[in-house]
Amino acid sequence: MKTDVMVIGAGPAGLSAALAANQGGAGVLLIERESRPGGILKQCIHDGFGIVRYNEKLSGPEYAFCDLEAVKSRNIEILKNTFVLDLKMKDSKFKLLLQNPDKGVFPVTATSLVAATGCRERTSRQVFIHGDRPAGIYSAGTAQNLINIHGYLPGRKCVVLGSGDIGMIMARRLTLEGAEVLGVYEIKSEVSGLTRNLVQCLEDFDIPLYLNSTVTKVHGARRVEGVTVAAVGPDYSPLFGTESYIPCDTLLLSVGLIPENDILEPLGLAMDTSTGGPIVDQQMMTTIPGLFSCGNATHVYDLVDHVSESGATAGSAAAGYCKKDCVQGEIEVKAGDNLLYAVPQRLVPGKDSVVYFRSARTMDNVLLQVEAGEKVLTNKKYIRLRPPEMERLVLEPLPAGLEKVVLSLKEAETDA
Amino acid sequence: MPETLMTCIQCPLSCRLVVDTGSGELVVSGNQCRKGEEYAHDEIINPTRSLTSTVATIFPDFPLLPVRTDGEVPKDKIFEIMDIINSILVEKRLRPGDVVLEKIPGTGTPLIATADMREL
Ligand SMILES: Cc1cc2nc3c(=O)[nH]c(=O)nc-3n(C[C@H](O)[C@H](O)[C@H](O)COP(=O)(O)OP(=O)(O)OC[C@H]3O[C@@H](n4cnc5c(N)ncnc54)[C@H](O)[C@@H]3O)c2cc1C
Repeated sequence: MKTDVMVIGAGPAGLSAALAANQGGAGVLLIERESRPGGILKQCIHDGFGIVRYNEKLSGPEYAFCDLEAVKSRNIEILKNTFVLDLKMKDSKFKLLLQNPDKGVFPVTATSLVAATGCRERTSRQVFIHGDRPAGIYSAGTAQNLINIHGYLPGRKCVVLGSGDIGMIMARRLTLEGAEVLGVYEIKSEVSGLTRNLVQCLEDFDIPLYLNSTVTKVHGARRVEGVTVAAVGPDYSPLFGTESYIPCDTLLLSVGLIPENDILEPLGLAMDTSTGGPIVDQQMMTTIPGLFSCGNATHVYDLVDHVSESGATAGSAAAGYCKKDCVQGEIEVKAGDNLLYAVPQRLVPGKDSVVYFRSARTMDNVLLQVEAGEKVLTNKKYIRLRPPEMERLVLEPLPAGLEKVVLSLKEAETDA
Repeated sequence: MPETLMTCIQCPLSCRLVVDTGSGELVVSGNQCRKGEEYAHDEIINPTRSLTSTVATIFPDFPLLPVRTDGEVPKDKIFEIMDIINSILVEKRLRPGDVVLEKIPGTGTPLIATADMREL
């Protein structure tokens, strides 16, 4: 098979990318390894999706449904249950070997490739917990899948480690379905998810939140029987004498998400260690011409609306690339003082761009500056910035010839 | 208790609100804008939430259908409504927006499907 644009992953990013590439006049093939399109949205049955795009609080499946209907109405081919076995480049084309139950193993050649593969959760191996490894330890997303897709309650007495959004949403969900959530333990001094989730998921249901504390040990031979929790010091190490034992049958981990890009590794593209995803320009093109990245595979977004926006950008640029209408961004974007990261990391001059950034810590009365050399290109004020809440900034087209722009955050001097 | 503490969730500022009901009237402080005051009034007088969950179906290939209340329901009725939701069995393949329950008993609010069951 041959196609102009091949999109991997039919979550919201991939669906928007496929639609935009099709609207840009390209032939599109969309593949998905699961049996249903929609990505992570299938299991996110809570509402709060689409606030920016539709000014409505849709549930995840409803949001996915809107995009899927649009994709279907344009007869874009979606291959489900389809896996990538091999990916190479030859003569500037992408050569893929795919497999699915209908076609067996088959090759596809694509002029342009959009990776919309989403992210995965950190697991207990990536956090440091001592003790046994019995059944009953789940990532929050796995628990979400069990409850919302398959209808199994993963446990009756649960402890949640980490105050990410998925953990807080699952604490509420478990409570609604009759389980007892004994507490959410967060090692940092503030919640790592959105305030709205803190209020509507934990406070509404009187679920206790313990900041500056963590789970230090898991107990249980076959099934979790309890966990040891402890307060932590400023260096996050447990404080001696603060340990206590909590009997429970389930431990949920909500300790962060990591962009998933393993299939791209053989291509040798440049990655950003602060986002965990590829380096991209404002067209979402990576350092490999014709290879695009979007959605949570690029960096972990907190609003699906922006995931869709990145997908549409990638899809239409990929269609442009097939018509030789796409150059690579070379102006470097640097996340300077007090920024956790900024995406895109490269810019093409003469084009509008949408820049996303996160602050490195909670800051009040902040001034964002975008500078090129000595020259300040943009100033913007923010009343408050928090790392869990990503900011979106539209930058005017840059003049050609710039080497680097630097974003930095400064807190205003208080008069007090 | 004449004083209630709450966090306003109308914007990322997340103001800590103090609502004083001691004088028989609601006095809100800690808010930085009008939205905070309105939020506090709603929260004290009639707190409502939208509720999302799943209902069982007869289809082995789609065993659970995600649903939500089409509008907000009183917060103190949420567990009662969960009992009702957990007693429902869906026997038709529904699409987003299709009505699962015309009126959730005890409220005037419908319960609607939020996923497309024809999509396998
Ligand atoms: C639990 C949770 C709760 C959230 N809550 C909210 C919320 O309340 N409001 C909000 O706005 N946003 C929310 N988000 C964020 C938003 O839903 C996600 O950012 C968005 O779904 C990401 O879309 P995506 O397309 O990048 O990835 P995904 O939805 O993960 O889609 C990626 C797709 O790629 C497929 N795939 C991966 N690798 C391959 C491969 N090698 N071959 C074929 N297919 C592959 C996967 O199967 C999947 O279908 C939430 C996210 C999570 C995880």
